[in-house]
Amino acid sequence: MFESIIKMFSYEFFVRAVIGGSLISLCAALLGVSLVLKRYSMIGDGLSHVGFGALAIAAAVNAAAPLEFAIPIVVIAAFFLLRISENGKIKGDSAIAIISTASLAVGIMVATMTTGLNTDINSYLFGSIIAMSQKDIIICIILSIIVIIMFVFFYNKIFAVTFDESFAKATGTKAGAYNMIIAFLTALTITVGMKMMGSLLISSLIIFPAITSMRICRRFRTVVICSAVIAVLCSISGLIISYQYNTPTGASIVITNVCLLIIFSIIGSVSDRINAKRYSKQ
Amino acid sequence: MAFITCENVSFSYENTSVIRNLNFSVDKGDYLCIVGENGSGKSTLIKGILGLKSPAHGKITRGDGLKKNETGYLPQQTPAQKDFPASVYEVVLSGRSNSRGWRPFYSRLDKQTAIDNIKRLNIEHLLKRSYRDLSGGQQQRVLLARALCASKKILLLDEPVTGLDPIVTEDMYRLIEELNKKENITIIMVSHDIKSSVRYASHILHLNGDETFFGTTDEYIRSPVGKYFFSEDKKNV
Repeated sequence: MFESIIKMFSYEFFVRAVIGGSLISLCAALLGVSLVLKRYSMIGDGLSHVGFGALAIAAAVNAAAPLEFAIPIVVIAAFFLLRISENGKIKGDSAIAIISTASLAVGIMVATMTTGLNTDINSYLFGSIIAMSQKDIIICIILSIIVIIMFVFFYNKIFAVTFDESFAKATGTKAGAYNMIIAFLTALTITVGMKMMGSLLISSLIIFPAITSMRICRRFRTVVICSAVIAVLCSISGLIISYQYNTPTGASIVITNVCLLIIFSIIGSVSDRINAKRYSKQ
Repeated sequence: MAFITCENVSFSYENTSVIRNLNFSVDKGDYLCIVGENGSGKSTLIKGILGLKSPAHGKITRGDGLKKNETGYLPQQTPAQKDFPASVYEVVLSGRSNSRGWRPFYSRLDKQTAIDNIKRLNIEHLLKRSYRDLSGGQQQRVLLARALCASKKILLLDEPVTGLDPIVTEDMYRLIEELNKKENITIIMVSHDIKSSVRYASHILHLNGDETFFGTTDEYIRSPVGKYFFSEDKKNV
């Protein structure tokens, strides 16, 4: 087992996948804490489907740089989704469902009518370990540096806006602007990460680490740190499983996340009971 | 000049006006209760006072050195908030974020202010506890401490006792009275509870369509609208 892991890391594509996967998971987890707590996690799901539609169209028109083509489209969709969840006539969740299924349908229609459902399209849907090119890795690194710096810099504001938007607004914090920043960074993360994780599963990177760490952690700061660690660990172990058993990358990472969530839930419910006892004695 | 002055203010919501030609002012040290039935425009008025919604007509002005971001606000709790993983200290400290502008991190003064307000509301023992593990009354105290971090001048409380049991409710009212009397903090409170409003407030604003009342509590009890609602309230008790 140990030897085969060392052998894995001797392949350049695998090292690329580990670096890219960890960075994408890290960014998604940081943003995810805020999105999950604000009940916006479905936006991630919606955006990934929009991203798929955009990439399918990019492939169809033979765009030289599909990623650069898709990113602005997804960013626009992110702003749009945020607006409807805030003040739309159609309720947020149904609006997201409409947009995400519509773009998935458009993507598949365009793909089958032009290039056919080839491996490229397949990997956009389900993710692929070998999908990361040298250029993708560079984009990943730049993106994650941007996300981490923004997150650290705006950490206190993000907390204030996540915990209580009406208070933040009332005391003069531009809550809308911070929502936009989060949506923008989420759109970037999703589009870049889609190639490896697949659009059907990438939203799990946003949701799982936050939910898992909230089973145990009781402070915002520890939730953030714990989510980041969980995300990186899960993506590396998922990649190893994916390589070892030749399973799709996205699915393997999600499975490791599910296992960790179950473990954390059990630990969490036990410690909740202990806590309840301790405080009832006081 | 008064802290907050409303002159001929009207608000409309989706083309129906909820508040028409409202006039009132809040001076330093006042304790104003805004009462009225559901849909009478209390929440809209709060948004207006906070500057989140501009009136369709008239104007709301601030004076007496009250700046725009100097309103401590205690909003109604959202369901998402009740199980939010954050320590009491983190929540209270977030009340200082308005004073930071674009500077990203809290200063020593900010942290000291948070600790001072935690002490002031007697919740020191909860400092490291998680917000989601607290009782409703404790959560309200934490949010009140956060509001005090945002302003030492004026607090705007949106139904602060909703969902609290009678003893904790009484506690909360007494705490607010103390802040008003001892520390001279101006209070504007939205309330459903006319009886307690009359007991604690110095002024009452009763939103009731065209029969809106504004005046001191004594005037309110003697006014037709006050008499009507107050006697109704007594009958129900």
